[in-house]
Amino acid sequence: MTSPILLAIEDLTVSFDGFKAVDGLNLYVERNEVRVVIGPNGAGKTTLLDLICGKTKASSGSIKFKDIELTKLVEHDIVKAGVGRKFQTPSIYENLSVRENLELSYPKGRTVFGSLFFKVTDEVAARVLEVAEDTFLSDRLDTSAGLLSHGQKQWLEIGMLLIQDPELLMLDEPVAGMSVSEREATAELLGRISKNRSVIVIEHDMDFVKDIAHRVTVLHQGKLLAEGKMDEVQKNEKVIEVYLGH
Amino acid sequence: MDKWIAAFGGRQRLMQLLALAVLLLVILPLTLDVFRLNLLGKYLTYAFVAVGLVLCWGYGGILSLGQGVFFGMGGYCMAMFLKLEASSPENTAIQSTPGIPDFMDWNQVTELPMMWVPFHSLTLTVVLILTVPALFAFLIGAAMFKRRVGGVYFAIITQAIASIATILIIGQQGYTGGINGITDLRTMLGWDIRPDSAKYLLYFLCCILLIVCLLIGQFVLSSRYGKLLIAMRDQEDRVRFSGYDVANIKIFVFALAGVFSAIGGAMFALQVGFMSPSFVGTVVSIEMVIFCAVGGRLSLIGAVYGALLVNLAKTMLSESFPQLWIVFMGALFIGVVLLFPQGLAGIYEDYVRPRFANLFSRKSVTKDNGDKSVAQEAQS
Repeated sequence: MTSPILLAIEDLTVSFDGFKAVDGLNLYVERNEVRVVIGPNGAGKTTLLDLICGKTKASSGSIKFKDIELTKLVEHDIVKAGVGRKFQTPSIYENLSVRENLELSYPKGRTVFGSLFFKVTDEVAARVLEVAEDTFLSDRLDTSAGLLSHGQKQWLEIGMLLIQDPELLMLDEPVAGMSVSEREATAELLGRISKNRSVIVIEHDMDFVKDIAHRVTVLHQGKLLAEGKMDEVQKNEKVIEVYLGH
Repeated sequence: MDKWIAAFGGRQRLMQLLALAVLLLVILPLTLDVFRLNLLGKYLTYAFVAVGLVLCWGYGGILSLGQGVFFGMGGYCMAMFLKLEASSPENTAIQSTPGIPDFMDWNQVTELPMMWVPFHSLTLTVVLILTVPALFAFLIGAAMFKRRVGGVYFAIITQAIASIATILIIGQQGYTGGINGITDLRTMLGWDIRPDSAKYLLYFLCCILLIVCLLIGQFVLSSRYGKLLIAMRDQEDRVRFSGYDVANIKIFVFALAGVFSAIGGAMFALQVGFMSPSFVGTVVSIEMVIFCAVGGRLSLIGAVYGALLVNLAKTMLSESFPQLWIVFMGALFIGVVLLFPQGLAGIYEDYVRPRFANLFSRKSVTKDNGDKSVAQEAQS
């Protein structure tokens, strides 16, 4: 019944004053797939996520998410359609507690008046607790988010996305700046949360990529350079030349 | 009961509000003469604006340098109503067109302009005081925030709007009373607003309205929406990519601040007995921001004290050093921003309250009494 393809990007181009950051890109992400996007600096990885989540508008091409054309939607409607995105630097509300960060991300009461009269019901509280446990933060719920360690901030932002239960989760360098043990915990976390959703990850850490990726997409100068399983991609000569090195 | 306390800012905030209410409604009326009390009432009308700025600027991060426009809207709406009542055909029989305000007659206007007609009715006037600023803020907000204009650009544009509003009012003398404003206001529904008894009543009305605005403010800040304001100030993109329409959140708080300002303006016209473009323009708009900063831009109640104290200082200093006042005001603003970014409220939270908390815990007074005494300290 449902198509196995969750996200279909076709002929996507965006140009900034003539510079094509993403150039005629085709990309298909299946349901329940963990896709890792790698590539050298300036390859257009972050721009690709910006385009999917609506932060940047495409010059041409299409992004279809479950038959919804995302290029025509505004950011908050893309979120409501079921796309969540984590930013490269942890974007959390530092002046609020971990609990408040998660509560604000709960996908209810998103209008002005809805939020004015929003009640934290048992259901919301239970969900907050559940997500906090998933992201190793259950004992930090009442800590001000600004006091968390860098790794915990990354987890909190992932938690803020999880509580929205998106069908497509996009993570921009989720383990950057993490310790080895934190990386392992994050890999395990990703394994758990990718059960019922698709995940697109941008990452430079090749060991981490090997741990989590179902398939890998290599971008170079806004174009698709290679795509496939990690070991295939690693053997690809073009990839070795522009990115992985010798 | 606990639910309601939490919804309006929690126990401690409500006690501080109660302390303010006791100060404004009991202590000051008993100790000040009617002239001083009326002056205080005038300062309190600025506090409405400062409270709005706490929501809009302190929490929402939207700095508006044009709040005088909203203050003026409220003030002019009320003044127009009072002026029409003062311009009955009997009172204005010597004019060439009796029944219209005197300044219109002087400017060869021979018919009451359309925009003045609704102000024959007090009900309509009150409705307009509340809706015109909300609508105007909505239009400005929609035009700016939907296009992602923010920060310093927004501040400059609001400053320009305040400037434009002044020029318009002064230029359209026959319709607005020009630079002199609308003067010689006498009665409201036949009730003379000038004698001392009326001044007392208007002062109390002003205090009660201010307390209502503070309660609304505390309700807003305690809700999910209040948390969203803080979140938006910290990480606007994260809020946007959590499924919120950031522009709508901003428009609402800007409109709310505008409505508060307009209520203050209306009370100004009633208590002071006139309204003029000098309470609309850029200078007064910036002064409002200073009141808010001095009081503490994250404290609704602090903003009230800020407005009162700065104006008190202004009255005292400008009597002795009229030219120096404006320099002093600028220095005060810079000093507060550099040394006490959280204003008086921050000083209270950091230095005064901990001491009192210690004092009372040492004497092992129950927490209940401790809270009250601490709250009363807010008066000083």
